[in-house]
Amino acid sequence: MGELFGIMISSMLVSNVVLSQFLGICPFLGVSKKVGTAVGMGAAVTFVIAIACAITYPIYYAILVPLGLDYLQTIAFILIIAALVQFVEMALKKYMPALHASLGVYLPLITTNCAVLGVAINNITDGYNFVKSLVCGIFTAIGFLIAITILAGIRERIEHNNIPESFKGTPIVLITASLMAIAFCGFAGL
Amino acid sequence: MNTCIERLKNGIITENPTFVMMLGMCPTLAVTSTAINGLGMGLTTTVVLVMSNLFISLLRRVIPDTVRIPAFIVIVASFVTVIQLLLKGFIPSLDQSLGVYIPLIVVNCIILGRAEAYASKNPPLASLFDGLGMGLGFTLGLTCIGICREVIGAGSIFGITFIPEDYHITFFVLAPGAFLVLAFLTALQNKLKMPSATNRTDADGISCGGDCAGCIGCSGAANKGMIEAERVAAKAAKAQAAKEAAAKAKAAKEAKAAEAAKQNEAAGSSDALGKKED
Repeated sequence: MGELFGIMISSMLVSNVVLSQFLGICPFLGVSKKVGTAVGMGAAVTFVIAIACAITYPIYYAILVPLGLDYLQTIAFILIIAALVQFVEMALKKYMPALHASLGVYLPLITTNCAVLGVAINNITDGYNFVKSLVCGIFTAIGFLIAITILAGIRERIEHNNIPESFKGTPIVLITASLMAIAFCGFAGL
Repeated sequence: MNTCIERLKNGIITENPTFVMMLGMCPTLAVTSTAINGLGMGLTTTVVLVMSNLFISLLRRVIPDTVRIPAFIVIVASFVTVIQLLLKGFIPSLDQSLGVYIPLIVVNCIILGRAEAYASKNPPLASLFDGLGMGLGFTLGLTCIGICREVIGAGSIFGITFIPEDYHITFFVLAPGAFLVLAFLTALQNKLKMPSATNRTDADGISCGGDCAGCIGCSGAANKGMIEAERVAAKAAKAQAAKEAAAKAKAAKEAKAAEAAKQNEAAGSSDALGKKED
């Protein structure tokens, strides 16, 4: 239990997926203009990462390893994730239209989000068991949700500030991200 | 031959993926803590890019349009696996320091972007040089950022230390430093008005459209069609608005002219009246 708690804290805060592992930078910078869309994106990522972790793990240990095909890990995982996102979208559309309406637009964008593939591969390299990899996946995604929501909140606030001409746009967002990364470094002592 | 040189120049300078297009940000920030890591990552990506561009271009008439993205992903993933195994076998130190970012080359938007924007529409040789140019441009970008961070943060270039340890600002080789260095490089670009995805006005000139505000980064490659449709719609709306405005202006002008004519007439008749009275 203690070990699980350690994984939770470390994957969510200490080695935050965006701010210290640099995975999923694209949506982090691209979809963080408004808090609403940022939360939607974060929620969709959480959903997909959780399912991806739950599916890639058994496929790796039940199919690839017994057949001696573990070197096909990258190809297999990216295809599974791409197919999975499609299926999730179809299933949501049919059975949970309300959830699809709020998450739908973000789902196709997640296929090529490196955070999903990164977490799935990290789980295998770290040698986690099923429960641990699931917990690690979910809390990594929550870490993403936290980071993107905070950034969106800050961006909404600095929108009308007096920023030097050259720093308008991307540079000020990157500086904000840098300051957030410094703040998250503080968790390293936990 | 001219196309080949033009493609090389385009990739390295005109559409440099790191500085101009701002693509592939994840590896750009993650592995540039030292110049050698940046160089290694850049060259690895270049090899994958060249091979995938070549093969996608050769197969461009075979791959059905509806499943092209998954097909591209499979081709790219195969080459990434090959490179990963080669690195593990021959340069284990680089494999160790790049770690998970090697398999993640699969989801690097530069590769899918080039496949979609260039290799799937052009002959093999031109695509090969396009991949080479883009890859070298990416390598150049990563190495530059790597050198900046290594010099300030560790006082060395390519592992050769020349600033004593007391003057190192370790912050720059850590995670927050990556964001900060990139922020200042883009700010410098804005200041010097150098072409970049962040400050372009003739946005149609680059393949991503330069729409950074609405950019969804890596996923842009997969959703290019959607984005393009949106852009066309926006343009049509703009044209429509301009048309309406022109029509309005015309109507207003006509009304004004009519009014002026009326006034003239009135003035004319009053003049006539005045003359009569005389």
